[in-house]
Amino acid sequence: MAGDRESSGNVISVRDLVRTFPSPRGTVTALEGVSFEIRKGTVTGLIGPDGAGKTTLLRILAGLILRDSGTVNVMGYDPSADPLPVQGSLGYMPQKFGLYEDLTVMENLDLYADLHAVPPSGRKDLYAPLLSMTGLGPFLGRLAGKLSGGMKQKLGVACSLLHRPPLLLFDEPTVGVDPVSRRELWEILHTLVRESGATLFVSTSYLDEAERCDDILILLDGRILGAGSPADFYTEVRGHAFELESAGQSPRSVEPGISVLPGVVDTVLTGSRVRILMEDRSPPVLPEEFEHFPLHPVAPRFEDAFMDRLRRTRGGDGKTRLPRQLHRKTGRSGQGEEESAILVENLVRDFGTFRAVNDLSFEVKRGEVFGLLGANGAGKTTTFRMLAGLLPPTGGTLRVAGQDVRKSPSKARQNMGYMAQKFSLYGQLTVYQNLRFYGSAYGLSGKSRTDRIQEVLEFFELVSYRDVSSGILPLGFRQRLALAVSLMHDPEILLLDEPTSGVDPAARREFWRIINGLATEGVSVLVTTHFMEEADYCDRLVIMAQGSLLATGAPSEIKERARTPQLPSPSLEDAFVSLLSRAGPLQETGK
Amino acid sequence: MRQDIVRILELARKEFLALLRDRKSRMVLIVPPLVQLLVFSYAATFDLNRISYAVWNEDTGIYSRQLLARFSGSPNFRLVATLSHREEVAPLLDNRKVLLVVHLQSDFSRSILTGTPARVEALLDGRQSNTAMILLGYVQTIVSGFSEEIAALRSIAPPIASIDLRAWYNPNLKSRWFIVPGIVGLLTLVVSLLVTALSVAREREEGTFDQLMVTPLSPFQILMGKLVPGFVIGFGEATLIILVARFLLHVPLRGTLGALYLGLFLFILSGLGVGLMISALVSTQQQGLLGAFLFLVPAIILSGFATPIANMPQFIQDLTLLDPLRYFLVVLRQVFLRGADISLLWPEYGALFLIGVLSLLIAGAFFRKRLG
Amino acid sequence: MKDGGGLGGRASLLRIRALIRKETLQILRDPSSLAIAFLLPFVLLLIFGYGVSLDARHVPVAVVQDSRSPDSEGFMAGLRHSPWFSPTIYPDIHSAVEALKRQDVDGILWFRENFGREIHSSRNGPIHVVVDGVDDNTARLVEGYLTNVWQTWITLRNERGRESSVFPVTLEPRIWFNPDNRSRDFLVPGLIAVIMTLIGALLTALVVAREWERGTMESLFVTPASMGEILIGKFIPYFVLGMSGMALSVLMGHFLFGVPFRGSIFVLGLTSALFLSAALGMGLLISTVSKNQFVAGQIAIVSTFLPAFILSGFIFDVHSMPKMIRGITHIIPASYFVTILQTVFLAGDIPGVIVPNSLALALFSVFLFAVILRISRKRIG
Repeated sequence: MAGDRESSGNVISVRDLVRTFPSPRGTVTALEGVSFEIRKGTVTGLIGPDGAGKTTLLRILAGLILRDSGTVNVMGYDPSADPLPVQGSLGYMPQKFGLYEDLTVMENLDLYADLHAVPPSGRKDLYAPLLSMTGLGPFLGRLAGKLSGGMKQKLGVACSLLHRPPLLLFDEPTVGVDPVSRRELWEILHTLVRESGATLFVSTSYLDEAERCDDILILLDGRILGAGSPADFYTEVRGHAFELESAGQSPRSVEPGISVLPGVVDTVLTGSRVRILMEDRSPPVLPEEFEHFPLHPVAPRFEDAFMDRLRRTRGGDGKTRLPRQLHRKTGRSGQGEEESAILVENLVRDFGTFRAVNDLSFEVKRGEVFGLLGANGAGKTTTFRMLAGLLPPTGGTLRVAGQDVRKSPSKARQNMGYMAQKFSLYGQLTVYQNLRFYGSAYGLSGKSRTDRIQEVLEFFELVSYRDVSSGILPLGFRQRLALAVSLMHDPEILLLDEPTSGVDPAARREFWRIINGLATEGVSVLVTTHFMEEADYCDRLVIMAQGSLLATGAPSEIKERARTPQLPSPSLEDAFVSLLSRAGPLQETGK
Repeated sequence: MRQDIVRILELARKEFLALLRDRKSRMVLIVPPLVQLLVFSYAATFDLNRISYAVWNEDTGIYSRQLLARFSGSPNFRLVATLSHREEVAPLLDNRKVLLVVHLQSDFSRSILTGTPARVEALLDGRQSNTAMILLGYVQTIVSGFSEEIAALRSIAPPIASIDLRAWYNPNLKSRWFIVPGIVGLLTLVVSLLVTALSVAREREEGTFDQLMVTPLSPFQILMGKLVPGFVIGFGEATLIILVARFLLHVPLRGTLGALYLGLFLFILSGLGVGLMISALVSTQQQGLLGAFLFLVPAIILSGFATPIANMPQFIQDLTLLDPLRYFLVVLRQVFLRGADISLLWPEYGALFLIGVLSLLIAGAFFRKRLG
Repeated sequence: MKDGGGLGGRASLLRIRALIRKETLQILRDPSSLAIAFLLPFVLLLIFGYGVSLDARHVPVAVVQDSRSPDSEGFMAGLRHSPWFSPTIYPDIHSAVEALKRQDVDGILWFRENFGREIHSSRNGPIHVVVDGVDDNTARLVEGYLTNVWQTWITLRNERGRESSVFPVTLEPRIWFNPDNRSRDFLVPGLIAVIMTLIGALLTALVVAREWERGTMESLFVTPASMGEILIGKFIPYFVLGMSGMALSVLMGHFLFGVPFRGSIFVLGLTSALFLSAALGMGLLISTVSKNQFVAGQIAIVSTFLPAFILSGFIFDVHSMPKMIRGITHIIPASYFVTILQTVFLAGDIPGVIVPNSLALALFSVFLFAVILRISRKRIG
């Protein structure tokens, strides 16, 4: 109906869009002068970390939020002034798609068909291709709440397609979905655009999904950091990337030295190598001690372009350098000079009839960074909570720092730092009040507490935020504070549950630098993550699927298993997908 | 031991900050209880004044006019209509235009002169039976007074015996003296439940509970840490309400403050205990809210706050034994009006202590069970 | 309503039907709203219907006779026969006072040494009565009951002695609508109003918050369904649920507690519908205004239960309240419904009461929904 008004070929055009939100400390600017166009019939990716303004932008396009200033045109209409015609021909899928979990798959489909006035007679023909595409056919009578994360997202996609909308706005459809389902979802999206000629605008926080799009829009801190096709971005950094083989030496001890070299934009560990991104095509000038290490140029990644852009926008070298050393107590009581920091044997946990963790065994050595990988629902968090003593295991043994977690939880906790997936400090309390409280909770008082707080504040560069309520800290600083709290009592073992989710890549680098620093000082770190590239930073890792151990070993060993003639140098994600598919098709099991 | 106390105090400090650093939650804790105290104190009364009534007088004699003058002279009554037919009565009563119709038949004065009993018919709206009862008492007083005067005039011997009634503790039978101490208890209970019932669920939803549990703090210490601010806030508010009751609403406070505050301490203990028990049982704030509601509503209605426990059937009376407000209301009324001291109130103190300790033990057990 | 689109029209009806069907399926699968609608009123009415009573029966009183006389014994017999008192003999006034202080008894009757002598010399011997005035209501009832016993006793003695009447003027009360003056008859209709206030608010306050929490509200917003349609789709199923709960309460009130029902089912149904609209509207408004559960919960407690309990005329007669407070009762929907229910149950369909109060409820509902529509745009944040 609005088709004749789209003569320009742009389905969406946005000029100087600004949107602010009130907050306890004045106003927060979510979008700061955003301008872009989206061509008809393309897949455009909106890429940026959490808090970049992606959701706000999509909601403005859908007419759910008003703008402060600027112009917005969606299919010939202004969504703020005229929301109904826009919403009538829009397929919108919010981040947390509103499936009615106590309705069945079929009832959800019918509800949205009714709301969009799809005539009952044509529904059979309409549902059939959607169901076969999403593979939901066999589960029509199942309650939506009992579907797996990936299946729920697919149902959400199906529900927003029922009225054959010419424009699709999807907000992070792949978040919390395992790599296999992620690939399937992208295939569905591409098929859809190809077959129906619709336009898709999709946001994601996974940088590696960028190359699946026709066009890319990078959003950071409410501004457009870059726009163009993936090829445009790759061209910018072609020849800037190198890999250094740290033969015989731990790459973790090499990387800090490399990162401060002139011309280096970014360094990151990949297995036994250090990946280096340079300002230009000239390779890094290595200091003497690393001179003999082999250095190869490598193909650029999208992330390189992102980091490069980030450096140029944020100015300087884009890097903040934290002091290397957080003072650790001397003469630690090396409680039970055991080799292993964490020992898990035949761990089992049941919830009713459902077995969340099934016969899991692994060992984390002292001073090791150990990764725990798996899709949502694989049992990572359950395992983690058992290690932290928050959940009693159904069977098996758990030893943390030589202590049985079940028998002497208090002793085990004294040696353990824990950082939960969600920000879990008191938002109403200031940074200082949080540190003070947790310090006393671990038995610090008087001068030793005051000193430690000061030290931690300085180390994490939180001094200027000392009296700010922690709930309104910027995301990256909140994450730092959470880590600072878990380090107040100088633990030997650190448990980090998805510590970097939603943090922008630069802040993630910083975070990992701290973790690496701690590991070199002998702290054992157990970390879960769903960023596959982060798994590369670990010494060893465990991959879990449906509660069981799927593979264990160093990242390079795991990649080795996925090597095939077609795929000579598989990424960890490739390995993950091939391992999962070899383990048998993902069964739809009730949660 | 010292270490334990320091940790508990630090926990309490944290709870305080979490409660009071937020302006909204500060307001919610302080403003509504005071507003409610004032509104409810004036609203909750059984005393009647300015009762609208109608007169239907068929008598033309002097006595009927004398009797009716007593009604119109009383500040409690307000004449709304004068009727002359039976048909006029029903619409007035039905539509609540009047609560009372005084009917005097045409032989009223004659009966008095001839010495046969003269009847005064009082037609009352019984929809609010309690109001009707009280109103009937007022009418009875006027009629009896008139009757005595006539008897004296006509030298009829007075009744051989009369009742000489005195109401102790509340000689003018003021409702406010009965209700306001009750409101002290009612609002203290609401506040102590609000402070605790949602607190653990809130920590759970915000994720801070896990962070707390991985510290070496024991469940006991965490519970104690949550109790201290509840006590401070509960004591503060109750004191404020008691001051308002005594000096603004002029309710006498005859007993010792020691007896009052020992009761208050034990009552807040049991209120916080129940709150924490709800808190430990539920997993979301919404369930916590529902739980608080489901405890508060019966606890208030069956406490004896407005309707005496003695009037309830036995099995409900047994049920009220679990209600901490029931005991505290006794303490409050005993101390405020009867001037009781500690020695009279041991059974109530004991019951409150038991409820408090038991609910805390259950709360502790649930905490521990959840953690395995 | 700029962004609401038109109500009415076939497409609109279809959307409303779909929303109602969805809500109904959810209600049927989630036992908690069924429990709130049926179990809660059942249990609350059961407990309170039996528990809340202002009729004092078998009030314990202490009787002290300094010297026993046939006259005091006669009075005692009158006491024993009345359903209102259960007298206990105490040996002396001192022990009786102690019992009063311990609250073992609510009052003391004291026949002094010379009671019998004074009666025989026709000198109007006084019976000293002390009541515990703390509970003023019970004290007043005791006074009334006692006067009753006393009059009967005097009249009986007079008839026996054939003396001329000592009461030249007597009162003949006729209590309309509730001749036995059972407090339960007026408390139970009031209770129904209080309970339905609570349930109406709880039902809607919780379900709308849930829709926001689970993110389904956002998905509904981008469908062609207008805010008005979404609200109607929410309102109708819970209205039906609430009316069923209401019917259950009324049946219990009439058959279990024996409250007479003198009005018509039609008027009851109509006024209940109006009241329920207002109660559900309150809940919808609370959950629309504050999406924060903590604050919404506290508002719900402060603004529904306690005012309905104390300010609605359920126990405390609105007539007795000071003018300013009476003004406040006008903004509490329960106060209108309490009046209507007491009238429909005990007095019948009386237009003079029903019409103005129904109008007030209708105005209330219209006002609430107008406010909700005004403030709840199809927008987030």
